Amino acid sequence: MGTALAIVWMKDLLSVIMLSGIYGLLSASFFVAMDAVDVAFTEAAVGAGISTLLMLVAITMTGHKEHHSRHKPFLALAVVMVTGGLLIYGTFDMPSYGSSMAPIHMQVAPRYLNDSMQEIGVPNIVTSVLASYRAFDTFGEVVVIFTAGIGVLALLSVVFHPKEIAKIHLFNDSMHEKELILRIVSKILIPFILLFALYVQFHGDYGPGGGFQAGVIFAAAIILYAMVFGLSTARRVINKSFIKFLASSGVLLYGSVGVVSFFSDKNFLDYNILSADPIAGQHLGILLIELGVGITVASIMVIIFFSFAGRREFSKNQDNKTGGSKAS
Amino acid sequence: MIMSHYNYWIVVVLMMIGFYIVIAHGNLIKKIVGLTIFQTSVFIFYISMAKVDGGTAPILADGIEQYSNPLPHVLILTAIVVGIATTALALALTVRIKEAYGSIEEEEIQQQDNLN
Repeated sequence: MGTALAIVWMKDLLSVIMLSGIYGLLSASFFVAMDAVDVAFTEAAVGAGISTLLMLVAITMTGHKEHHSRHKPFLALAVVMVTGGLLIYGTFDMPSYGSSMAPIHMQVAPRYLNDSMQEIGVPNIVTSVLASYRAFDTFGEVVVIFTAGIGVLALLSVVFHPKEIAKIHLFNDSMHEKELILRIVSKILIPFILLFALYVQFHGDYGPGGGFQAGVIFAAAIILYAMVFGLSTARRVINKSFIKFLASSGVLLYGSVGVVSFFSDKNFLDYNILSADPIAGQHLGILLIELGVGITVASIMVIIFFSFAGRREFSKNQDNKTGGSKAS
Repeated sequence: MIMSHYNYWIVVVLMMIGFYIVIAHGNLIKKIVGLTIFQTSVFIFYISMAKVDGGTAPILADGIEQYSNPLPHVLILTAIVVGIATTALALALTVRIKEAYGSIEEEEIQQQDNLN
């Protein structure tokens, strides 16, 4: 909470973003304390990792000084106080923290807890709810992520002339030759991060983990690579059109697993028919759609980072052409 | 009564800090950070409702009777990843605004709009 308060006062956007990274990590530890290990996993990778990175790339293009605001903050403060007061008044009707009699625990949750083992056969209930009971919702979420990725591509993608590309490559390579220690350390780390991502991906049925977390961790490894070894090197490893293909094939995989059940007159995403044994079918279905989720999330995150970083190269290049007059 | 509701109050305070940043600051990046704080407070709200005293993480194991509610975990898990995707979209828009207006301060952008 102190971190959040500090964010209000900071004028330098760089420190604001660093603080928001710390804030993300702290809220991940909140989630562990409240038994939500899967959520904590995701928040640690997203809040403290990728979102901090993306914002950092963004401020290299937008400048990192906040101007002094001229309008008075008192009106805003008053609105905030009134809203906050009303909300706190509202909390008196809420069930107390940790109460097992709260209405939220009376509805559908006991069924998930009691029957999931017989119906799905997966110990991690978060995975079984995410990938089986509520797979339709999750499909929607994956489509949202995919759409956001397309949106970022549409907003930021740039086309270079071949001549300029060579120049940028030269520039990038020269920039990243200096940090020897970083390069060696990350060279050692990246294989382990990738391996860990795969473990999280395929172990999601039994422990905390799954496609969303694994996708984010996988993307973090690739982004780390791109940051340390330069964007051009990373582009040589991961082809741009290939990763776009991967992003869409993940969504396609998820959707087609759902459609398969139509052929035996079942509902969308009914995995029981994927195998003779319903439980085995569920296992297969969850594995496949988690794979689809993982592929899509990882490639969309990488696409987003690449478009930001590519845009940065583009604007740098423009600046160089105009004699750096626009440089800020 | 007072101690049993502190989780909601933390959420409300965090949410209001985020809200304040969004309405009182003119810098678009700062607004996005404020929205992120707001968003996280909602996540904490959901997760804190799922917590059951004496419960443990909803991964079935022998000898454990009480689990926390898994449903909010599922909702928030996907919401976090969707959140980062939409944040990225917002940042992309900000970058384009910077290119078009040369500024990411709300007032300066409005001034330029008024001149045209």
